[in-house]
Amino acid sequence: MSTDAILEIENIELVYNRSVQVLKGLSLTVPRGQVVTLLGSNGAGKSSTLKAVSRLLFLENGDLTAGRIRFDGMDTKGQSPHALVRRGLFHVMEGRRVFEDLTVEENLTAATFATTGRAEKRPNGFDAVYEYFPRLHERRKALAGYLSGGEQQMLAIGRALVADPKLILLDEPSLGLSPQLVEEIFTIIGKISRQTGVSMLLVEQNAAVAFAVAQYGYIMESGRIQLDGPTDRLLADQDVREFYLGTGGDRERSYRDIKHYKRRKRWLS
Amino acid sequence: MSEWLFFLEVTLAGLGSGALLALTALAYVLIYKATRVVNLAVGEMLMLGAYLFFAFAAGWGLSAWIAIPLAIIGGGLVGGIVERGLIRPMLGESAISVFMVTVGLGSVIVGLVELVWGTDPRALPAFIDTSPLFLGEAYVSRKIAVAFVTAAIVIGLFLILFRFWRGGVALRATATDQAAAYSCGINVPGVYSAAWVIGGATAAGAGLLLGAIGGISPVMGVFGLSALVVVIVGGLDSVLGALIGGLALGMIQSWTSTYVGGEYTNVVTFGIMIFALMLRPYGLFGTHEIERL
Ligand SMILES: Nc1ncnc2c1ncn2[C@@H]1O[C@H](COP(=O)(O)OP(=O)(O)OP(=O)(O)O)[C@@H](O)[C@H]1O
Ligand SMILES: [Mg+2]
Repeated sequence: MSTDAILEIENIELVYNRSVQVLKGLSLTVPRGQVVTLLGSNGAGKSSTLKAVSRLLFLENGDLTAGRIRFDGMDTKGQSPHALVRRGLFHVMEGRRVFEDLTVEENLTAATFATTGRAEKRPNGFDAVYEYFPRLHERRKALAGYLSGGEQQMLAIGRALVADPKLILLDEPSLGLSPQLVEEIFTIIGKISRQTGVSMLLVEQNAAVAFAVAQYGYIMESGRIQLDGPTDRLLADQDVREFYLGTGGDRERSYRDIKHYKRRKRWLS
Repeated sequence: MSEWLFFLEVTLAGLGSGALLALTALAYVLIYKATRVVNLAVGEMLMLGAYLFFAFAAGWGLSAWIAIPLAIIGGGLVGGIVERGLIRPMLGESAISVFMVTVGLGSVIVGLVELVWGTDPRALPAFIDTSPLFLGEAYVSRKIAVAFVTAAIVIGLFLILFRFWRGGVALRATATDQAAAYSCGINVPGVYSAAWVIGGATAAGAGLLLGAIGGISPVMGVFGLSALVVVIVGGLDSVLGALIGGLALGMIQSWTSTYVGGEYTNVVTFGIMIFALMLRPYGLFGTHEIERL
């Protein structure tokens, strides 16, 4: 297992501001070429897990106090975030984080720094982006700040494509998008995974769409993995159906729970 | 008629010093854009650049065409050393503490320069021809004309590089969202260093030109305060604001000192700053609100 894993997280513990412990011994593995999803409610620590992997954590005064993270066979300890990106680990952050004062094209240009120092570079990186997202081509001269939420999410994923990574960490691409756009974006995510073979670790609250593209899933609650398994097995799990898919069990109660999640989410984000 | 000619000459002189203000303002903007530091030592870095030129040209007797690039490189080195040695260790500290560090740095530079070269004003070895220049009938000092053209070329170059060069994209990306810049593979600490190096070199270049016009002294750094007014009015993160603001303030100062009296230039300069801040707290061309100091 360990040789064909692109990412191995072993028992990490994460502390913010030397006081708040957010991850309490979390482990997970992303096999090469697969899409793995990480689910959990608000504040479970999903985004923190991704930031621990990409090491963007240190910008927020977070510290890994225990455990190990291996990316592509290499311990990431002590690596700077941009060095990891250049080795092929791309983090699409929560909330899209496009450069609003820059045009669409300049946003993509910014991502070309990810290929700095690589021996073989794929030419015409932008063409591939525009093929997946024709709308970005139409708006390539527009300031990213003026794009719609869906277009900004496309741009955020487009930057990852330009970087030509081995692993994409994707944090809640469905955030704030209409159901229709969510479906559109996830269709493309699935297509990217099939066509490029890039591995993905996908964080989501929308379990239904995440299960549709992922082969394996982890479910976390307050800093730990509670449950994991191939997505078809998770789909059959009674608790998962009840709390994350809103089907099965006591229908009415779970529906209210999901509404509750959504409402909380709106307030928190 | 000669009234008009005189006004034109005063205005042209103002544009000349305005170009230097714009160049100095550019040093503030570069450094602020990348690192969000209002570097009050820009004026002193400018002064040090002029003294470096003095040392190379007068002290070592090097030709001006070697001394100029050496002084500019020296200014860049100073910028880089300050970033690595003083600013980066302060990362994450409050804006006011970093600001105070740059204030202290300014005094230290003044002290060092006085220690090495004394407090007396000096003239720089001439490297610009002194024969007068006429634009039509209007007289322009050749030194001021050279300063204007040089500053205009440098600022124009920066505007173009910011738009079309990949490194310009990296700087603007870092300025907009540091974490996102990291996530795109941009070497963010490298951008910080580069901004301080280029800012330091720009300040040194402005210092040479200013020294060539008016001579050098350890207190010539006060010129940096006028440039600070330019960036506060024009927007701390706006290259275009530095250009337009610098030229405008240069002309206004020139008109004031000629028609109203030299003692009023500071009143007008800082009056403009207060008025502009009341109208638009983040500058006429700026995009982000200035951190409250
Ligand atoms: N920079 C920070 N400093 C201190 N605490 C933080 C920081 N970032 C996150 N936390 C805390 O860590 C916990 C986990 O946050 P995290 O963002 O990882 O959750 P999440 O699972 O991504 O939630 P969501 O679904 O709302 O995005 C939360 O309790 C949050 O308040
Ligand atoms: Mg999150």
